[in-house]
Amino acid sequence: MLASILMFIAGCMTDSELPSHQAEVADPRTGFSWFLSGASLVFSVPALILMTAHVGFAGFASENGVSLFQATFMVAAIWALPANIVLIGAISGGYSLLGAAIAVALSSIRLMPMVAAFVPEMRGSRTRKFTLLFLSHFIAVTAWVIGMERLQHVPRNMRTSYFAGLGMTLTITNTLVVAIVYFLSADFPPIVFAALFFLTPMYFLASLWGSARDHSIHIAMISGLLLFPLIHLFAPAYDLLLTGLAGGAVTMGYVRWLPKKSEGR
Amino acid sequence: MTWASLTDWWWPYLFILLAGWLPTDIWRFIGVLIGGRVREDSEALVIVRAVATALVAGVIAQLILYPSGSLAESSVFLRVGAAAAGFAAYLYLGRRIIVSVIVAEFILIMGLLLS
Repeated sequence: MLASILMFIAGCMTDSELPSHQAEVADPRTGFSWFLSGASLVFSVPALILMTAHVGFAGFASENGVSLFQATFMVAAIWALPANIVLIGAISGGYSLLGAAIAVALSSIRLMPMVAAFVPEMRGSRTRKFTLLFLSHFIAVTAWVIGMERLQHVPRNMRTSYFAGLGMTLTITNTLVVAIVYFLSADFPPIVFAALFFLTPMYFLASLWGSARDHSIHIAMISGLLLFPLIHLFAPAYDLLLTGLAGGAVTMGYVRWLPKKSEGR
Repeated sequence: MTWASLTDWWWPYLFILLAGWLPTDIWRFIGVLIGGRVREDSEALVIVRAVATALVAGVIAQLILYPSGSLAESSVFLRVGAAAAGFAAYLYLGRRIIVSVIVAEFILIMGLLLS
């Protein structure tokens, strides 16, 4: 609640400056204060959903003979749930180091275009490359969706502080969640896990649609949803990457040939 | 070299770094280098954003169509139906995320209990 009030104030501040590039005017709030607003998003619905997904992950790790410390180390070092699941699958399948690395690399390629789209959103005019490289570790789907929605309401020179608060808090909290759930070896009936695992796609579906700033994002989303099952049939190893490229191509075709209809937002 | 090749305590952690951290963060770093060259008002950013959005939509489709764990045992028609109903509820009942989640979960859980 407090965070949303602060967001509203921040939104008013940036809106009053015409070009967003010039938002680096006197800001009464310090970087640390923005860091805390970012960190407070750990109490938001998407962050809670991510934690439930990690509850499931802790169970998956212990079923596959990965120890408590190894599982928590994975979450903090990799910070991408699909890559963690792929890695555990490769471990229990007896893959070689190289084989496991290739399987993980394929599941993580998606982070490249995601980070490339996120960086122009997050950087200020004086942001150092090292800061961006460091912060990029904390970009995974949940933080990406929240960031793309909220960063536009944060003054540009405070966005790295804000995202540092959001990303680092999410990572640390979920690492702790995995450690605690693993330690307690909490067990739930399968229907609870099934319901928990279904929260993530439903949240992404609604929030990605809602955070779109123009119609092209909706086209990209619909094409991604429809193309994925088709592409998965033909190229299961590259399905996500090809879905991104094909969906991007469909969207650009739409933007190119039907430009007038979507303007004005 | 596999996970079980060495029995030293540090081997699993090195394995996680080399087979997990490196092949994941390398893409993030490349993403930073690409994103650093893209101007905020350029068409290149529209393209990158479209590709990234379609890809995240692909992740959503994957989680619904080919889930892992306990959800994998449920019927694909139930999952797609619940997701579609939840999304329709989001679009037509005031665009609230929580509405879409509740409607979809209600249908999913009912379906699981009845099957």
